[in-house]
Amino acid sequence: MKKVIIIEDYCIACYNCEVACVATHSRSQDPVKSYKREGLRGKTNAVVEVESPLAFSSMCRHCKHPWCMDACISGAIQRLDNGIVYLDEERCVGCWGCVVGCPYGAAHPNLAGKDKHAFKCDLCIKRLDAGLNPACVEACPNNALLYDETIEEREEVHK
Amino acid sequence: MLYKKPQIQYYPYIVQRDDYKCVRCLGCVEQCSYDATFYDEELDVIWNKHEACVGCKRCEAMCPTDAIKIVPNPSRPIEHASWKWDLVMDAYLQANTGGIIITGIGNDKPYRIYFDHLVIDACQVTNPSIDPLREPMELRTFLGKKGEKIELTESESGKIALKTRLAPQLELETPIMFSAMSYGSINLNFQESMARAAVELGTYWNTGEGGLHKKLYPYAGRGIVQVASGRFGVSRDYLKAAAAVEIKIGQGAKPGIGGHLPGEKVNAEIAETRMIPPGSDAISPAPHHDIYSIEDLKQLVYAIKEATRYEKPVFVKIAAVHNVAAIASGIARAGADVIVVDGFRGGTGATPKSVRDHVGIPIEVAIAAVDRRLRQEGIRNEVSIVATGGIRSSADVIKIIALGADAAYIATVAMLAIGCTLCQTCNTGRCAWGITTNDPRLARRQNPDIASEQLYNLVRGWSHEMKEMLGAMGINSIESLKGNRLRLRSIGLTEKENEILGVLPAGE
Repeated sequence: MKKVIIIEDYCIACYNCEVACVATHSRSQDPVKSYKREGLRGKTNAVVEVESPLAFSSMCRHCKHPWCMDACISGAIQRLDNGIVYLDEERCVGCWGCVVGCPYGAAHPNLAGKDKHAFKCDLCIKRLDAGLNPACVEACPNNALLYDETIEEREEVHK
Repeated sequence: MLYKKPQIQYYPYIVQRDDYKCVRCLGCVEQCSYDATFYDEELDVIWNKHEACVGCKRCEAMCPTDAIKIVPNPSRPIEHASWKWDLVMDAYLQANTGGIIITGIGNDKPYRIYFDHLVIDACQVTNPSIDPLREPMELRTFLGKKGEKIELTESESGKIALKTRLAPQLELETPIMFSAMSYGSINLNFQESMARAAVELGTYWNTGEGGLHKKLYPYAGRGIVQVASGRFGVSRDYLKAAAAVEIKIGQGAKPGIGGHLPGEKVNAEIAETRMIPPGSDAISPAPHHDIYSIEDLKQLVYAIKEATRYEKPVFVKIAAVHNVAAIASGIARAGADVIVVDGFRGGTGATPKSVRDHVGIPIEVAIAAVDRRLRQEGIRNEVSIVATGGIRSSADVIKIIALGADAAYIATVAMLAIGCTLCQTCNTGRCAWGITTNDPRLARRQNPDIASEQLYNLVRGWSHEMKEMLGAMGINSIESLKGNRLRLRSIGLTEKENEILGVLPAGE
């Protein structure tokens, strides 16, 4: 399965992945409107962590055996046939089990809006269907995010 | 604090921020390496300290919503023809600091650029031009000593063999090489990018005077290593690994001035590569302390030739100064295979501003003078000439080759290819584009995968353009253009300038 691979040596903490993620998951598809009109500031699935000089954009790893899915009490998190671990925000009851359960800190509580639910990366499922790369990968100016198979998986294929 | 010293109030740039477009992603705060941008959480506003902005435009380039514009401050000291604002600002700065003003990049003063006064010939009617897309067009060139004549032997079986032993040559697929920039003054990612691009292009890159990092040994076959007055990183392996060795006497940006990499920039890796203690200043004295004459230079040239078993060409790099033709003649007689002449628009990592802007002569004049002098003395075949310091485009390469160079080195334009915005603060070591810095936070901003591709694209584009221009002239090989001044005409130059350049005025 292809995932977003993080090359931390080249992350420059420009936050373009965060902005692209927010804009892609907004109604308007526009960065300024999504932040300022739709109140989506902070509702990003790609989170840039900076511990200077180190920086990287952390996001869901779409695990084979997702702990967040095990922790989910409402069945909102499902592993789709294509391997994407998908969180259905409509079904989420906001118990934060996934938030606590994810070892990567990739499930986030949405506390800003009226309806309290968790959210996480959906690997830009709509963009993938349209034959595009995930938004964060497209936005990264320094090739620090790649959409590719992981080395482990490639080795597994070649075994 | 609001209060500033009065003269700091005249800062050169203003950061204009469209607050409606700004989504507070804080990218600009993270990108600014000059502490000119910061976020006030209490007010949820991003502020700028305009006086700290150097105009590198990194924040502008990285802003995902195009909310930032760096513009020249319209309020500048009142200037007139004699006192331009930069002179006024320099006076204020020195009044506050009492030191030498250090700067980077190359000469930015409005001296005459001869390239812009030269035009290239083209074929019409009487001789056919050549279409490089349909007919072969040769950009390949060789650097090194060319013999007087070639002798062949014929064996009894009729096999013909070369009797003359050819001097070592460098084979360039295109007459453009990456000029010397040392590890320390630039970061390893950029150096690796140049090395990778050079390998891909079939041309050469230059280590500069900072030694050869162990990571770059795989690319050393396309590398030219430098031996400067500091002798940093010079070892048996260093000389053995390279394709050629370059003795650095001078640099166009700072003729007669030595190099100095401040101790705070010398981290463990740079120290290991340069073979000096970490944290110590890396000082290359202005003169080589064993070279006070052409005879002394000859000793070093032959010492290097002995050390490399006469298998590699030896370059000697000098800055373009008044006597450049006579000096070049001496260098040719000292046994050098290639002379590199660096014009006064050449870049640098750090140099006193007064030297950068006022010392040396333009590369166009220097190359024309050197080529003519060596021809007059009948020793032009003994050396190849490489021009550097002020090459800005493919047309400049064509013109400098027509003025007598064999190839050109590029450096400033290579930095431009990977994002440099000529802000002239290389000396601070805080390059926000991650080019002239080894700060691990900033150096990661150059990804060799991307940078090498951009460098490759630049030279490839130039090569195609040069083929087009050669085709227009009806010439099918770059070798046929060398020193071919009849292909140039000048516009708006004096008779004396035309005489020095060896070109006719347009219309003649």
